[in-house]
Amino acid sequence: MLRQIGKRLATAIPSLIGVVVVTFLLTRVLPGDTAAYFAGPAATPQAIAEIRAKLGLDRSLPEQFVSYVKDLATGNLGNSLSTGRPVVTEIKARLPASAELTFLGLFLAIAIAVPLGILAAVKQGSIIDHACRMVATAGVSLPVFFTGLLLVYVFYFLLGWAPAPLGRLDAFSSAPPEVTGFYLIDSLLARDLETFRASLAQLAVPAITMAVFSLAPIARMTRASMLAALASEFVRTAKASGLTPTTVIIRYAFRNALLPVVTTLGMVFSFLLGANVLVEKVFAWPGIGSYAIEALIASDFAPVQGFVLTMAIMYVALNLLIDMLYGVIDPRVRMEG
Amino acid sequence: MTAALPLLDVRNLTVEFATRRGIVTAVEQISIAVAKGETLGIVGESGSGKSVTSYAVMRILDRAGKIANGTVSFSGIDIRGMKEDEVRDLRGREMSMIFQNPRAALNPIRKVGKQIEDVLIRHVQAAPSDAREKAIEILRQVRIARPEERYHAYPFELSGGMCQRIVIALALACRPQLLIADEPTTGLDVTTQKAVMDLVVELTRERGMSTILITHDLGLAATYCDRVVVMEKGKVVETADSAIIFKSPLHPYTQKLMRATPRPNATLRGLLPEGEALPNPIPAPPANDDAAMLLKVENLVKEYPRQGATTSVFSLFKPKAPAADATFRAVDGISFEVRRGESVGLVGESGCGKSTTSMMVMRLLDPTSGRILFNGEDIGGTKAKDFAGLPQRRRIQMVFQDPTDSLNPRFTAVRAIADPLLRMGGLKGGAAIRARCEELARRVGLPVDLLDRFPHQLSGGQKARVGIARAIALDPELVILDEPTAALDVSVQAVVLNLLQDLKVSLGMSYLFVSHDLYVVRMLCDRVIVMKSGRIVEEGPTERVLAAPEAEYTRELLSAIPHPPV
Repeated sequence: MLRQIGKRLATAIPSLIGVVVVTFLLTRVLPGDTAAYFAGPAATPQAIAEIRAKLGLDRSLPEQFVSYVKDLATGNLGNSLSTGRPVVTEIKARLPASAELTFLGLFLAIAIAVPLGILAAVKQGSIIDHACRMVATAGVSLPVFFTGLLLVYVFYFLLGWAPAPLGRLDAFSSAPPEVTGFYLIDSLLARDLETFRASLAQLAVPAITMAVFSLAPIARMTRASMLAALASEFVRTAKASGLTPTTVIIRYAFRNALLPVVTTLGMVFSFLLGANVLVEKVFAWPGIGSYAIEALIASDFAPVQGFVLTMAIMYVALNLLIDMLYGVIDPRVRMEG
Repeated sequence: MTAALPLLDVRNLTVEFATRRGIVTAVEQISIAVAKGETLGIVGESGSGKSVTSYAVMRILDRAGKIANGTVSFSGIDIRGMKEDEVRDLRGREMSMIFQNPRAALNPIRKVGKQIEDVLIRHVQAAPSDAREKAIEILRQVRIARPEERYHAYPFELSGGMCQRIVIALALACRPQLLIADEPTTGLDVTTQKAVMDLVVELTRERGMSTILITHDLGLAATYCDRVVVMEKGKVVETADSAIIFKSPLHPYTQKLMRATPRPNATLRGLLPEGEALPNPIPAPPANDDAAMLLKVENLVKEYPRQGATTSVFSLFKPKAPAADATFRAVDGISFEVRRGESVGLVGESGCGKSTTSMMVMRLLDPTSGRILFNGEDIGGTKAKDFAGLPQRRRIQMVFQDPTDSLNPRFTAVRAIADPLLRMGGLKGGAAIRARCEELARRVGLPVDLLDRFPHQLSGGQKARVGIARAIALDPELVILDEPTAALDVSVQAVVLNLLQDLKVSLGMSYLFVSHDLYVVRMLCDRVIVMKSGRIVEEGPTERVLAAPEAEYTRELLSAIPHPPV
């Protein structure tokens, strides 16, 4: 097992090196002159040149790359030019915010989509099946900023159930002492139920927004792979042995249908984590997506590099996790190892 | 009126399926009775409704199917009128079923022992505390060696025959009164088939169970059944004791089936229905020893790296491979010859290396060592991927086992036949190619108006003809036939075998015929090569090998083949 994980990690190293090279090159070819941007509109050419020299941008690309890799080796992702703070610190602070939102959104989506997909497959052609199709189509075709705004309008403005969509906590609470960076967990660890409630209230609407969007692929995939599993010969054997419908559906069909569902989950998760800029913007969420997009607009390349690298590492870790899950679910995958 | 009430009494059963084209009647007004302790065979070709009948009895028809009429009573209880959960109690406990393709019939990701436990616990034959013990005991009863270890095996770790034993164990775990075996040995080797069937018979006899054996194989039905029901197109055409039905079949369909079944003394022409017989075969020029050598294989070896050479921590129960022996010899130094105009049969059980050998001769696989001489030239040295460029490529063609899967579903029949012509035929112009395809179609007996159809619009026999036409399109000298009739019904097989024989004689081709069926080989081949574990165990003129086999293994193979007592 450990050897297998080691092997998988080893195969990830070339892709990580590729990511380092590509992000470095990409940020260099992005339009916009970083030095000119930070010197301000009124700066003289000399001032711009000075800043450029200070940033090291006047050196050749290979030279810049070597110093970038050297910094990287010491865990230094550089400083953000717009905030002046180290990128590592920023990402450390913002990644948990995005992750907490994503996890909760994904959890909600799974909790709804998987049972819905199973039911839709078991009762194919029934009302539930049509409902599943409708929910999935609606969820995937409504843009997240629209769902987000709609939910804010209904739950905050009309009903007043949700707090103002302004970040992770309302103005009256303070952040719990940091352990994991997830406010829900940290507040529970600190036995601060008030903060827990406040952060949950802030989380609920954006998490639902994300869930609505990610419902569709999960429900559709669950339904499709369940249909295939239910039509298989071993399900027929199970039925012919008189096993109860619950056993047949869960233990025989669903466990076999899990592989494609897990694959889809991995894809949905990585997509949600990095690409939910719109949700973060709508809810003023201090997440990693909005951080990256702001940096990109400002031609501030250090945070962009840091963001892409973080995402790449997360993606590799996620794929490793999924591969291990495959092994847990399907003994045949273990053999190939 | 017999005094004893039959265990299973099916009367006037009609099963309908709702399809896109309206309602299709799969089974019409059939009546079948099974007495206690009796073994009943239901025999018929594909589409005869024999499987549907058994599903209806078990009430496991899929969503589209429903019992439209008739009664099914099981020891006096009306199954059709029962509630779903009541039937569910009966299934597995009172009547159970074993299926074709045993590996697919088992949950691939659950330990086989656990699957047996599921059934035991469901029918309260065991409590969770002693389920494991009982499951192991049942594995022992179906002759699984080392049952304590096999309990933890997954289906993919077991052979086909072993999987079928597990399926039998599942079906018999709760000691039901009725066992329905739906093509239980299709796809298994003859010796495995014999072992599995003998086991079923022994277990059911000793428990006084009734059995329904559904099969397309008349030989199997004759060997193992007391009584036989013959079905055709959803109807029962004849019912009789198996001792009588094979001696004097009454219904024309039964007679036709009987004739088409390969058996010890049949001739190719004899397989065809009376009245439809083709003119007598063109007398083939006897393949004498002077005939030129076409194919000569010398010391052919194919090695594969042994699977699982890289160990996995999970696979505790894999049979341990000797660590020193990292390679596996699929083909272990074989030599043989095929002369011009000769048919050579390559016979053996799955895993004996016969398909690997044919793939190497076809140059789809690279041999590890050895020579393949075709017309005196060594073609074994050319890499498989470069072989398509050699002039010999068009001289060797192949007909594949599955007539459906070996046709591109998006090519029409004419496009499929034209494929080799387009690639290396040197014909110019669509009209010339079309004309050639029509000529080929006539040659293989495919109506020319079917040429523009797609594979899914053709029957199995028609698809087989397309495959054959494609293979002979370039006038090959050697055709490799890889179980070309294994997926076909016996009556279609009879026609296709005759076609192959006639084509061989009229086109002067040689055949390398790969098969597991010795009787089929006997009718088509001049010489036969029997393989086992990658080696040749016996070789000689077909008549001699079948009449007086020298190798113990050949005798074993021959005696395992069930055949009607004619």
